[in-house]
Amino acid sequence: MSHRIVSKKQLSEHVFTMEVEAPLVAQARRPGQFVIVGVSDDYGERIPLTIAGADTAKGTIRLIWQRVGKSTSEMADLKIGETLGYVAGPLGKPTHIENFGTVVCIGGGIGNAPLLPIARGMKEAGNTVISILGARTKELVILEDEFAAFSDELIVVTDDGSHGRKALVTEPLAEICGRDPKPALAVAIGPAIMMKFCCETTRKFAVPTQVSLNTIMVDGTGMCGGCRVEVGGQTKFVCVDGPEFDGHEVNFDIMMKRLSAYRNLEQKAHEAYKQHRCRIGLND
Amino acid sequence: MSDDRTLLNELLEKQKAGGLKPSDRYAIPPQPMPAQEASERRSNISEVAQGYTETQARLEAMRCLQCKTAPCMEGCPVRIRIKDFVTAIAEGQYGEALAIIKENSLLPAVCGRVCPQEVQCQEKCTVGKKFKDVDKAVAIGRLERFAADRAGAAPAVPQVAAPTGKKVAIIGSGPGSIVAAADTRRAGHEVTVFEAFHKPGGVMVYGIPEFRLPKAIVQQEIDVLKQMGVEIVCNFVVGRTRTVDQLMKDDGFDAVYVGVGAGLPSFMNIPGEHLIGVYSANEYLTRANLMKAYNFGKGADTPIAVSKRVAVLGGGNVAMDAARTALRLGAEKVYLVYRRSEKEMPARLEEVHHAKEEGVDFRILQNPKRILGNGDGNVAGMECLKYELGEPDSSGRRRPVPIEGSEFTLDVDTVIVAIGNGANPLIGQTTPGLELNKWGNIVVDEKCKTSLEGVYAGGDIVLGAATVILAMGQGRTAAAAINEYLASKA
Ligand SMILES: Cc1cc2nc3c(=O)[nH]c(=O)nc-3n(C[C@H](O)[C@H](O)[C@H](O)COP(=O)(O)OP(=O)(O)OC[C@H]3O[C@@H](n4cnc5c(N)ncnc54)[C@H](O)[C@@H]3O)c2cc1C
Ligand SMILES: Cc1cc2nc3c(=O)[nH]c(=O)nc-3n(C[C@H](O)[C@H](O)[C@H](O)COP(=O)(O)OP(=O)(O)OC[C@H]3O[C@@H](n4cnc5c(N)ncnc54)[C@H](O)[C@@H]3O)c2cc1C
Ligand code: SF4
Ligand code: SF4
Ligand code: FES
Repeated sequence: MSHRIVSKKQLSEHVFTMEVEAPLVAQARRPGQFVIVGVSDDYGERIPLTIAGADTAKGTIRLIWQRVGKSTSEMADLKIGETLGYVAGPLGKPTHIENFGTVVCIGGGIGNAPLLPIARGMKEAGNTVISILGARTKELVILEDEFAAFSDELIVVTDDGSHGRKALVTEPLAEICGRDPKPALAVAIGPAIMMKFCCETTRKFAVPTQVSLNTIMVDGTGMCGGCRVEVGGQTKFVCVDGPEFDGHEVNFDIMMKRLSAYRNLEQKAHEAYKQHRCRIGLND
Repeated sequence: MSDDRTLLNELLEKQKAGGLKPSDRYAIPPQPMPAQEASERRSNISEVAQGYTETQARLEAMRCLQCKTAPCMEGCPVRIRIKDFVTAIAEGQYGEALAIIKENSLLPAVCGRVCPQEVQCQEKCTVGKKFKDVDKAVAIGRLERFAADRAGAAPAVPQVAAPTGKKVAIIGSGPGSIVAAADTRRAGHEVTVFEAFHKPGGVMVYGIPEFRLPKAIVQQEIDVLKQMGVEIVCNFVVGRTRTVDQLMKDDGFDAVYVGVGAGLPSFMNIPGEHLIGVYSANEYLTRANLMKAYNFGKGADTPIAVSKRVAVLGGGNVAMDAARTALRLGAEKVYLVYRRSEKEMPARLEEVHHAKEEGVDFRILQNPKRILGNGDGNVAGMECLKYELGEPDSSGRRRPVPIEGSEFTLDVDTVIVAIGNGANPLIGQTTPGLELNKWGNIVVDEKCKTSLEGVYAGGDIVLGAATVILAMGQGRTAAAAINEYLASKA
């Protein structure tokens, strides 16, 4: 099966989106699921990426990714008409979507990408959707227009105030949780540290909170345990038990440590691939 | 002329003159397996055991007594006609030897290398019994490997019957699946193999390391399948990309073989298991094998911790493979920590032997209590307890009991957990009506049929973590049942 890139766009300095042919995945996927992508067939890492959308008629799926290391840089260098080595999926359990009432969706940095299909799905199920999008600075706010198209309320925040409110996402989140009635559910996706603080915020208001974890993965099918996290004191595998979990039960401190495990080696690979190195928001 | 060659010539003369007596055969020394020097092989990934020479193979084959009852055959799960193929080797008829093996086993180059012969065919061998030493039995596995390797680069492509118009889906591409695919294809069905990974071959490619089973051998068998017209679709996760139900109802598959293996790694559930530097053996071996971490920086991207001091937990083949892989990736010290005694180790004898030769430090009757971390969350050591053997447990093995107050610390930076794998849960979770046992293994009858019509299963997903040859045996049984089922549906 050939996975041809049918469109590609740069969304910000380090964020790209593409539509790539993967008809079976396009058909089977549900919000919350991801694929494992390989740039080449032989050597090379298996990169987990959320399915940000799909077009079943065209047989394509949409990926949105941030250039952080060697493999994501290689992807960024591919051109329309070229192909990906493989696309396996859809993986992970789909998000449980139903009409909860009011759902507040919080996206941080590249987390807006995985959040998009979930937030849209929540809207389609009849929920009132409040979206909070956060980033360090104006250039890094992605997908704002797409969220604006369906959100009942959209709040944009940046750390430096260059766009929207000057705040961290937890500030508007606390305000919304303090409303009466409070939201029925929060969905937070972004850097681990952001998800951790979102959960601490919602816990105070007893608002149930879903998070989607982006751990290191190898196979994505439950075979290696590399993606393990501690949820409610138990070991869970993100690729098969997740990627979504009850955020109030996740041990984020352990997760953040494990995410940094390969940092040094990956930097080596990336520096060998390209002199410059770039990492924004994803894990720190 | 070498001594071996002289001996062989003498024996051949004697045979012509009137045959070999058992005493002549007992007098032939067991032939050692040529192997790379331990000091050398520690730093490469080439195959350790290099295979018999022709002379060695014929001498070893002449040690066989041609027992009427052929007890060895009883020990082989797929009932290879051992004495017949061994005779063919003794006579220099290598092609014929291979043909005999292939009647029952599709992957002799693999089984000859990885079967636990000392508890199967060779355990029952009369010659070994005579010497009261299974190490002195006829080296059936090595002879099997010899016959397969001699056949050269291109194994024969089996005949395929006329098209039946029936479609068979094979899920997974491990040894059981390879056999099931070949046997159903031979009957003329249209066969598609679906594999979740980007490379076919199952554990034979991502688990068992290159230095024990060269990937090229597995690739050859995959190529034969392709030449037979079997379609192989990688990166296809059944249960997610399509469910078993969809394959049968929407995609027109008339029968399915499930061979998805036992890949779910177990952990010890001790403190510190989330630390950086703790791996499941699956992760460690997959990174090393399938993604070629040993080439990191030279084309491979998959990083693996650069470990100096490694502890591997477990005593099976997986543990041996992980320990020996760690050495090859540059570790200075590798401990193998096992809570029972060496006698109870489930690993193949040859692997234990090779691991020791290579310098793996065996710490038997010891078990970790917790893994210690440093401030950055990296492994900084492992606290262990010493054990002694107590009363036999339900498995008949003497139960290891911790000795109170015997705590000590091993200085390690990496811990590899190789204490077993559970059933892959995905098919069970996504296939309503498929009966599983309490461990999540698929329940089948003697023909490998599951609780669902048209769905068969075999290998580790049925047996729990087992062996290549048992998986192959089930692949064959299931294929026969599928062929029968499809014929009855015609
Ligand atoms: C279920 C899931 C869904 C994901 N969805 C998306 C997505 O939609 N868009 C997107 O841009 N990214 C997503 N990610 C993260 C993405 O997989 C990683 O950024 C990517 O694998 C990095 O590859 P690389 O070779 O370019 O970088 P590397 O060279 O491997 O790493 C560069 C840096 O990124 C960190 N890193 C490596 N792997 C991961 C990882 N899996 N998660 C977080 N940080 C990592 C490293 O610690 C290092 O600091 C997702 C991850 C998971 C598990
Ligand atoms: C490190 C190691 C060393 C071993 N050493 C030996 C040895 O020396 N001798 C010996 O006899 N045995 C050994 N074994 C055991 C032996 O490898 C297994 O018993 C045997 O491979 C099982 O075969 P199988 O047919 O069940 O499939 P497996 O080899 O288990 O392969 C299953 C395949 O199914 C794929 N799969 C899983 N889920 C899906 C899905 N949903 N959709 C599509 N594909 C899927 C997997 O990716 C995999 O490729 C070893 C095992 C390991 C891990
Ligand atoms: S297949 Fe395995 S058990 Fe059977 S004869 Fe060969 S080595 Fe022995
Ligand atoms: S038991 Fe040993 S000696 Fe007897 S036939 Fe088998 S291999 Fe030969
Ligand atoms: S990625 Fe290997 S078990 Fe989840």
